[in-house]
Amino acid sequence: MKNKYSIFSLIKNAFSYHENWQRAWRDPEPKKEYDAIIIGGGGHGLATAFYLAKKHDMTNIAVVEKGWIGGGNTGRNTTIIRSNYLWDASAGLYDHALKIWEGLSQELNYNVMFSQRGVMNLAHNLQDVRDLKRRTHANRLNGIDAVWLNTEEVKKFCPIINTSPDIRYPVLGGTLQRRAGTARHDAVAWGYARGADAMGVDIIQNCEVKGIKRNGDSVEGIETTKGFIKSKKIGVVAAGHSSVIANMAGLKLPLESKPLQALVSEPVKPIIDTVVMSNAVHAYVSQSDKGELVIGAGTDAYVSYTQRGSHDVVEGTLKAILELYPIFSRMKMLRQWGGIVDICPDASPIISKTHIKGLYFNCGWGTGGFKATPGSGDLFAYTIANDEPHKLNADFNINRFVSGDLVDEHGAAAVAH
Amino acid sequence: MFLINCPYCGERDQSEFSAGGEAHIVRPKQPTELNDDQWAEFLFMRKNIKGVQLERWNHAHGCRKWFNMVRDTSNDKIHAVYKMGEKPPIK
Repeated sequence: MKNKYSIFSLIKNAFSYHENWQRAWRDPEPKKEYDAIIIGGGGHGLATAFYLAKKHDMTNIAVVEKGWIGGGNTGRNTTIIRSNYLWDASAGLYDHALKIWEGLSQELNYNVMFSQRGVMNLAHNLQDVRDLKRRTHANRLNGIDAVWLNTEEVKKFCPIINTSPDIRYPVLGGTLQRRAGTARHDAVAWGYARGADAMGVDIIQNCEVKGIKRNGDSVEGIETTKGFIKSKKIGVVAAGHSSVIANMAGLKLPLESKPLQALVSEPVKPIIDTVVMSNAVHAYVSQSDKGELVIGAGTDAYVSYTQRGSHDVVEGTLKAILELYPIFSRMKMLRQWGGIVDICPDASPIISKTHIKGLYFNCGWGTGGFKATPGSGDLFAYTIANDEPHKLNADFNINRFVSGDLVDEHGAAAVAH
Repeated sequence: MFLINCPYCGERDQSEFSAGGEAHIVRPKQPTELNDDQWAEFLFMRKNIKGVQLERWNHAHGCRKWFNMVRDTSNDKIHAVYKMGEKPPIK
């Protein structure tokens, strides 16, 4: 990397009042042809390009992005990272990602502010208790750290939670994954972009895909707002717009795109030093380094591509937050936004080849894709480079909807996914 | 989209309704004769259109009747509602 970030580069640039930092990635015009094109410049797409260049020596590749990189769901999520999934396939996938997260800042030479502050999932009824205990056991069998906490231990770990037995959904306990935590989402996109660019990957922003050119059963390239770009391998990582791209190639996917909302409060002093999620009442909260409470709400039940969402969803989430954390009752919310998430019927992603040669899809991450960003990119890069899935994403193929071999995390991960 | 014009009750708040997904997916007449691909198509594959789409909705906290809707998913504007069994009005 020509411009390595370190304490020395920081000191050096301090002498010139930080006016001579070089741009972190180029702004190239598209070439006529690439060995592979990634559609979608979010975290997953940029990570895919990064690992294609780093591990598979494919450097003549491009990432095309209709807006700016990291401006979609990468910059709209609540930055939670965990791997305590029930099923073996999911545990393998998400823990692969978590292991990469643990060394990512060093690997990218870019501080992604990965903070293993722990993620606690609360149980509010007997079924929750049974499900979460079962999940704890399943996690341990898969080598993933997980502990069960009773109500007193929950209160001790996060003292601001209302553990009174008199509330509508009392806290009966919870699970804790200590290796889980948060990261700075923008930095993930920027770090991967910078790393990929340094290895020769062209990151082309403000370039919307308008069509996919097919020749019989294989792909030939993409039609974009910056003209036709030829490539025999196309990886689609378009999140909420995956179906739109699939339709261009004459393909139908088992996805529904829905708005998922989040909101942040005004910044306050440190009050919550972990991430607490509650599936039953659908509320999850953490605190950013700036001091804002980061609150995740749910999805709307209907298909929509507007990055807004309904008011009643936010209202429901805030009611739950206030019952669990009465201390937040006078907090003011600063911003609310929505991102479009593509949800699979089994709430698990698709990282797969398709029946069209050279066309690959990485989609269906639904409401929980951020945590998987490095693992998703690594495995998708493997799939594109070798034209076959890695063993960790073999179960996440598109044919599972035909064979019926679903990875049903809906019940296991519940709504806050 | 905060108000939905239920064909039976008139205009009501959206929170009274539940969404039932893509409309006009016909249940197979001879289920035993379907192969796995056809089942996957019926059960899972969705158009998921960005633009004008036909959907089923239920007035769950009202008359509890199902009806259809023509809605633009790119801006949440509702173009028309029509009863079950009726043909969709021209887009």
